[in-house]
Amino acid sequence: MKLLRTAILSAAMVSATAAYGQISDGVIKIGVMNDMSGTYADLAGPGSVLAARLAIEDLGDLVKGLKIEVVGADHQNKPDIGSNIVRQWIDVDKVDVIVDVPTSSVALAVNEIVKEKNKVFLVSGAASSDLTGPRCSPNTIHWTYDTWALANGTGNAIVKTGGDTWFFLTADYAFGHALERDTAAVVVKNGGKVVGQVRHPFPGQDFSSFLLQAQASKAKIIGLANAGADTTNAIKQAAEFGITQKGQNLAGLLVFLTDVHSLGLKTAQGLIFTEAWYWDMNDANRAFAKRFAAANRGVYPSMIHAGVYSAVTHYLKTVVALKSDSDGKAVVEHMKKNKTKDALFGDGEIRQDGRKVHPMYLFEVKKPEESKGPWDYYKLRATIPANEAFRPLADGKCPLVSG
Amino acid sequence: MDINLPALFGQLLIGLINGSFYALLSLGLAVIFGMLNIINFAHGAQYMMGAFAAYFLLQYAGLNYWWALILAPVIVGGIGIVIERAFLQWLYKLDHLYGLLLTFGLALIIQGLFRQQYGSSGLPYQIPPQLTGVRDLGFTFLPNYRAWVVCFSLAVCLGTWYMIEKTRLGAYLRAATENPTLVRAFGINVPRMITLTYGFGVGLAALAGVMAAPIYAVNPTMGADIIIVVFAVVVIGGMGSIMGAIVTGFGLGVVEGLTKYFFPEASNTVIFVIMVIVLVTRPAGLFGRVA
Repeated sequence: MKLLRTAILSAAMVSATAAYGQISDGVIKIGVMNDMSGTYADLAGPGSVLAARLAIEDLGDLVKGLKIEVVGADHQNKPDIGSNIVRQWIDVDKVDVIVDVPTSSVALAVNEIVKEKNKVFLVSGAASSDLTGPRCSPNTIHWTYDTWALANGTGNAIVKTGGDTWFFLTADYAFGHALERDTAAVVVKNGGKVVGQVRHPFPGQDFSSFLLQAQASKAKIIGLANAGADTTNAIKQAAEFGITQKGQNLAGLLVFLTDVHSLGLKTAQGLIFTEAWYWDMNDANRAFAKRFAAANRGVYPSMIHAGVYSAVTHYLKTVVALKSDSDGKAVVEHMKKNKTKDALFGDGEIRQDGRKVHPMYLFEVKKPEESKGPWDYYKLRATIPANEAFRPLADGKCPLVSG
Repeated sequence: MDINLPALFGQLLIGLINGSFYALLSLGLAVIFGMLNIINFAHGAQYMMGAFAAYFLLQYAGLNYWWALILAPVIVGGIGIVIERAFLQWLYKLDHLYGLLLTFGLALIIQGLFRQQYGSSGLPYQIPPQLTGVRDLGFTFLPNYRAWVVCFSLAVCLGTWYMIEKTRLGAYLRAATENPTLVRAFGINVPRMITLTYGFGVGLAALAGVMAAPIYAVNPTMGADIIIVVFAVVVIGGMGSIMGAIVTGFGLGVVEGLTKYFFPEASNTVIFVIMVIVLVTRPAGLFGRVA
């Protein structure tokens, strides 16, 4: 129940005393805000707080002597609540950096506040590509993925294998609209056609009405421009109505590991989608996943968690190098100038528009008999290299990018 | 906008399916309110517990959907009885507000515990093999499972109505709410009857939960999402009216289905708009008696 505003506090205090005169009020305070109790709580939620803490732990000696604190809060997917928390965090609690913030409508609101207060905003959970487009900000870095990258990866792959007519089932808020817009552009660019769309309230429970409309449209592909429980419910109910047996295919445009877990492989098998990170790709990821799961009810990390880890790592390295966290714009500028490097995302960089760039991956969900155990769900279909994975800098209409 | 008749019939049918969940849940609420005068805000949590009970029975005891249909309501109803004995029985003489606050608090605690343990993204539960598959009705496709949900919940609703309005047991119950002292004078154990009524109402919620498990993800917030709508249904139907709850449940499901066809963006709010109109014009609800 979301009627009560819950604020979860978790603090990680890493040793004491500071030789850093420029650290505002002597503490680097990291505020992880996301959906802690609702539909997005498993793919972000308390796991993101944990990921931030693990990042600090792994920086070890580098941040020794610094006072770092991680706080978490629940924005309940509501922009007004999220804005209030962030204002209080910055004005009263002296939080220096806001991290994660899934739900694009909330992230876009926070984006403005952080710019106005000159702090730092590291987005892992939110998807809208507007954050590095028309709404880009000198205080914001969009870390893990965005709607353009998802559309580019999944949309391209599907249109090229013959799925050239689309009907969208879209979550009726900023994120769904952005994902639908970006995917439709990819479909049209590849010679496909969008035959219709329906906007469903967020969060939804029953999608059968909308699925029937999608079925009546005779589109080959039903694109699910939603996330979390909305996506899993839609997939489940599409199976129930026999939509896939009748020749139409589903495209989950944003699917997380936790969604596949909740669907079960029997229902989810064969789904194709784009993600930025998967735990079973190399030893470093596997080691991180084991550690993460041990502290997170056995639930494995999603790409959002990995993104939080990576973003916090680069942020703290920057603060150490600058010996200051007080000027948000300067910190972000420095973060953009220096290449990123961490255990989970390897080498990467941040563009002038605030887009963190790394490869994206096209995954397919395994058949039940292919899976060797719990959480062994994906097989890699294709790797999209970093320079093709994200929207070209010039196309974003970001005011920070000149000429 | 051009109206596609087959599609419209399809939406009406879907509305009826959602309506059967509304009807089952609001029926439980109406029974509890009518007999106990308790506004049972824990109803959504109990619905969720029903779905989880089905999941646990399958996972740990290997008992399938059909067993869950019988056992889950009994188990969750049993928990309801414990709650009634431990907490609710002390509140009957107090204002409605106390019962509402207590059950609301319980709902938050129960949901919090489940979320802590099982996360928010839900657990898988398959449709029983006997009911998979789809029927082509010409104008639309109807999954067999959904057809079963409509028929079964209609049967349960009418059975409950018959029991309360037409049988001797129901007569005792209704008499006990009117004048408990007098009924007790006839040698009937009124407190036990009330306890069992609460258990029955909770059992209905759990039954709806079991039926919902294969369609919706089994997750801790599934009850919180639906309970607000169900309360609106009960208010529109008239608090405590059994037939009112059933008819409005199905009716509003259909209205919502139509809204999803004509103006999907408003499908979350249409029920509340109707609630406002009904409250302004008939404050006691469509089927309610003015107290």
